[in-house]
Formats: sequence, C-alpha cells, structure tokens
Amino acid sequence: MNMTNMEILKIFIPFVVMLIIIGFYYILLTRNLIRILLGLEIITKAAILSIIVAGYVTNNMALAQSLVIVIIIIEVFVIAVAAGVIIHIYKQTGSVDVSNIRNLRG
Amino acid sequence: MLLIILIVTALMVVFSSRMLIGAISLALTSIIITILMFKLNSPLAAVFELSICAGLITVIFITTISFVKPSTEDELIEFRKLRFKKYIYLPFLVAVAGYLVSVAIKPISLKLPEIIQETNVRNVLWDLRQVDLLGQAIVLLIGVFGIVVLFKEGRKK
Repeated sequence: MNMTNMEILKIFIPFVVMLIIIGFYYILLTRNLIRILLGLEIITKAAILSIIVAGYVTNNMALAQSLVIVIIIIEVFVIAVAAGVIIHIYKQTGSVDVSNIRNLRG
Repeated sequence: MLLIILIVTALMVVFSSRMLIGAISLALTSIIITILMFKLNSPLAAVFELSICAGLITVIFITTISFVKPSTEDELIEFRKLRFKKYIYLPFLVAVAGYLVSVAIKPISLKLPEIIQETNVRNVLWDLRQVDLLGQAIVLLIGVFGIVVLFKEGRKK
C-alpha cells in the first residue's frame, strides 16, 4: 500500500463525515430513546475512526491508540448509565417514546 | 470497499424496523472498524473495539431491548410505512455530503509539532497520559454509582 498521507485523508474523511451525518440525522428524527443511543454510537464510531486515521497520517499511532482506548472505555459507561436511565424511564412511564416524558412540562 | 460496507451497515442501523436488528448491525459496524484499525496499524485499539464495542455494548443494547416491551405488529407496520418517508432523503444527503467533502479537501501540510515520539502504546498510556487514566477511574466510579442508585430506586418501588 503505497499511498501518501494526503491520499489516505482524502479516502477516509468523506466516510467519517458520512457516518457523522447518519448519526445526527438518526438522532434528530427518531423518538425512541434506544434508537437515540444507537445514533450516539454511530457518531462515536466516526470519532474513533477519525482519531485512528489522524494518528496513522501523523505517524503517532501510540498516542492515537491510547486516546481511542480512553474513548471506548468512557463510551461503555455512557451507554451503561444511559441504558439504566432508559429502563428506569420505561418503568415510570411505560414507554420509551421521548414525547411521553413530560413530567417537567411547564 | 470496507468503507462502503461500513456506510451500508450504518444505514442498516437506521433503516432496521426492529431494534434488535439495529443493535446487531451496529456490532457489524464495529467489526468493520476493527478490520480498518488492523489495516491502519493499531492492533491494541482494534482488540478493545472488537471486545467492547462489538461485544459488551451489543449485550447492553440487547438487554435493554429485552427489558422494554416489544412493539406490536401494528406499530411495526406503522414504523415501516413511516421510515421511508422519514429517512428517504438520508442516503442522498450522505452521498452528496461525501462528494462535497471529498472535493473540498485541499492539500495541507501535515507537519505537526512533534510532542510525543513514543512508539510503545503502554508507555504512552501509563507514563504520558496518566491524567486520562485518573479520569477513567473517576468515570468508572461515577458510572457504577449511577447504576447502583438507579436500580436501588427501582427495587424499592
């Protein structure tokens, strides 16, 4: 694989942007809380991929890998706590629809 | 090729009518990112991605979905009707955005200040980025605390 750094960036960055757009579009249009979490996951994957590509291009893989490991571990806790909150909301309201969570409505 | 499959699996997450299929498609996305990481010379992060993102997070999602009441057939039919209305523009939007970004990228000089020239991941993680590890430990404690509080309250009721 004899590609220059610029060629690698040109290949990867459009796909990273596509992943981010898919995630944001999904979060904005869905009303299901679990689906919102799925969208968040897609955006995180785009971030991870972009960090790895940046590390590869700047020849600094060790730093990129350590950053990705930190991101992955924090992502797991975010998902675990969010899943706990979703189950709790389901027990309270009987649905996972965002429009049903109106307890604090003014 | 792998990148195109990556986008297709991400679109599968969006278009899946059942959330279980969406969670499994997300695991597929993780697996493809793992292969890309191996190709980009970062095996340690790839192992983390495969074991945690494709394994643990999928398990968490499936557990959450199984806790929640499954949607009825009517809801599924309604969702199938609505999803094409909602998400029909997404593939076009994604394709246009990808094309625009690939056109807009201009050559830049990639000479960054060389701050860290360590090649061993373990040295970077344990010696140079100790604050990150401290942050991880704090996040771990807060996460465990949050989950304990949530489920304790649920048990009382």
